[in-house]
Amino acid sequence: MGIFKKFFDKLKYTFKRTELDADFYDELESILISSDMGVETAMDIMDELRDICKRKLIKDVEHAQIELKQLLIEKLNVRPVEFEYPMIIIVVGVNGVGKTTSIAKITKYFLKKKKNVILAAGDTFRAAATEQLSNWADKLKVKIIKQGEGADSAAVVFDAISSMKAKNNDVLIVDTAGRLHTKTNLMKELEKINNIITREYPEAKKMNLIVLDASIGQNSIAQVKAFKDSVNIDGIILTKLDGTSKGGVVYPIINELHVPIIFTGFGEGVDDLAVFDAENFVNKILM
Amino acid sequence: MALFSSLSERLNHIFSKMTKHGKLTALEIKEAMREIRVALLEADVNFTVAKNFIAKVSELAVGEDILKSLTPTQQVIKIVRDNLIELMGGENQKLNVSPKPPTIIMMCGLQGSGKTTLCGKLALKLKKEGKKPLLVACDIYRPAAIDQLKVLGKSIQIDVFERGTQNPVKTCKEAIAYAEKFALDTVIIDTAGRLQIDEKLMDELKEIKKAINPTEILLVIDAMIGQEAVAVSKAFNDALDVTGVVLTKIDGDTRGGAALSIRSVIGKPIKFVGVGEKLTDLEPFYPDRMASRILGMGDVLTLIDKAQEAVDEQTAKELERKFKENSFDLNDYIEQVNSLKKMGGLKSVLSMMPGLGGKLKQIEDQIDEKALERNKAIIQSMTPKERGNPDIINGSRRQRIAKGAGVQVSDVNQLIKQFNQSKEMMRMMKNPKAYGGKMAMIRKLMGN
Repeated sequence: MGIFKKFFDKLKYTFKRTELDADFYDELESILISSDMGVETAMDIMDELRDICKRKLIKDVEHAQIELKQLLIEKLNVRPVEFEYPMIIIVVGVNGVGKTTSIAKITKYFLKKKKNVILAAGDTFRAAATEQLSNWADKLKVKIIKQGEGADSAAVVFDAISSMKAKNNDVLIVDTAGRLHTKTNLMKELEKINNIITREYPEAKKMNLIVLDASIGQNSIAQVKAFKDSVNIDGIILTKLDGTSKGGVVYPIINELHVPIIFTGFGEGVDDLAVFDAENFVNKILM
Repeated sequence: MALFSSLSERLNHIFSKMTKHGKLTALEIKEAMREIRVALLEADVNFTVAKNFIAKVSELAVGEDILKSLTPTQQVIKIVRDNLIELMGGENQKLNVSPKPPTIIMMCGLQGSGKTTLCGKLALKLKKEGKKPLLVACDIYRPAAIDQLKVLGKSIQIDVFERGTQNPVKTCKEAIAYAEKFALDTVIIDTAGRLQIDEKLMDELKEIKKAINPTEILLVIDAMIGQEAVAVSKAFNDALDVTGVVLTKIDGDTRGGAALSIRSVIGKPIKFVGVGEKLTDLEPFYPDRMASRILGMGDVLTLIDKAQEAVDEQTAKELERKFKENSFDLNDYIEQVNSLKKMGGLKSVLSMMPGLGGKLKQIEDQIDEKALERNKAIIQSMTPKERGNPDIINGSRRQRIAKGAGVQVSDVNQLIKQFNQSKEMMRMMKNPKAYGGKMAMIRKLMGN
């Protein structure tokens, strides 16, 4: 794959330098900004690296690189998320980030943990969204609660909770319609779903997970902010990391909004999901 | 729709800071360029594209004529604007139409970029223009993608051709035969989303292209895409030599960096933008209007263009010297009136000014364009000596001038009074300290 070679060459070029001169920082800036972390974050990280190198009297690139990696990993550290059962996961996000595929993957993840999973087809807006989720449910052999297109998604969730209680399921995963975060009426619908869960099943642990597409730029910050205004966002599922996208935008998100990354997605298969690993993530940024 | 609004805000902030400086030093321009670069990067413009853009604009902006110009900030804005337009590709480009029907339009792009919805939008648009489109479902990988297109097609009453998960190349060929048979003039092919580094799936697109030779290959890109915009568009273009780009979901983005990056990297025009969730939400893309919108002051730039046409640099400099020496006379006044007329009159100029908003109507009502003409006639009835030195105009000269211009003596008096007031004001502006409070009041009146 040519593209990886290109990054590798770039890395070699950058870190072949022995001195921490202005060119080193210029190239570092290019690598950081190209990861979509934003100018401000990139500048902050570079300033911190300069301070560290000064304090620790580091003058060569090799040691600076180790410090940089450490710094980038530390910045991703937010408290880990504990799963408790019964649990209801509401999967939210804008159109096209990969919500439905992510739901299939998370379902598989919990099935592997021997949990009993049920799905709710809450995306009653997009054409054929319910069919898409039903296809996955069939493949994964899990129950899915659905109504027709245009149905009230809160009603679907209500049905799903009844079913979950009756069958003693461990995990309910709710699909929701993709919505641009700029549409307030659709955001209200999410609030309604959350309220129904709190009212109908207060014993269950409720989690809102936002799906972010790694290829999207600074807009992802606005997406998390907007969803956070309506409902509490407990974590991020970062998708499409199998491309060349770095997803560096999670830095400002973690830094400003304190939302942890929980899962990463890297392909279209149900097994292409991993629990977030900061070191792997940073390696890819620096690759 | 707020695409570019955050970039626009930042740029305007930078420019208004520059305006306060009046004349610019090379250092100030450099600082402004640094800030513009950050603004572009925060708007998701690709790192390399931003770098090249700033290098180019900087080179133009530190040129001698800008530094010496009367309105350096305006000149810099103009350079930025011209280069933004160039970056986005000049004029709007329409869809290609095949001379021999059917016109074949093939979509391609990453997963989730909005291809299927765009197929529906484009079909509806073409149908409204009197075409007979056929939608072809070739996304055989994503579960229910075919269903999605069928539901869309049904809602706008357009045929959807599908052969389940049969090889897409075969499906495309059959679809075209179908279109020919039923005299459908446009075939729109939806393809599966794929990563640009997925060689197997990229080969599939190449095969489709080879088999059906599309009139248009549209690369569909999510407007919110980040730094990846360049790698993605480059890879698709290298593989397929696309004919154009469609940016989707621009209603959800305030940045629009992709719009600025893609064209300069692959040299293909952005033809449409998706502006909302409804199937009617598709618009042609106008680079020039977008650039104006980014700078949030489109009409002022039209004004600059017009001013440049109407006033040559030499005259402007001469005028500035006269302002400074306070030797501005009635000949210059005529020159001003003439320039203003060339620019479309006072009302037209005012309408292009930013920040007047609701006040415009109010001001317009007080403007008497005829008064300018009358003043011109009065001045033209003066001797050259009188124009150069209005102080010599005594009572009998006033009567002669009034007769010559066909106005009342009071009109002549009023013009001379106005002229003296303007001169007084210019003197105050030149030496604000001496006039203290009075100057502050005038500034306030002028809205500064």
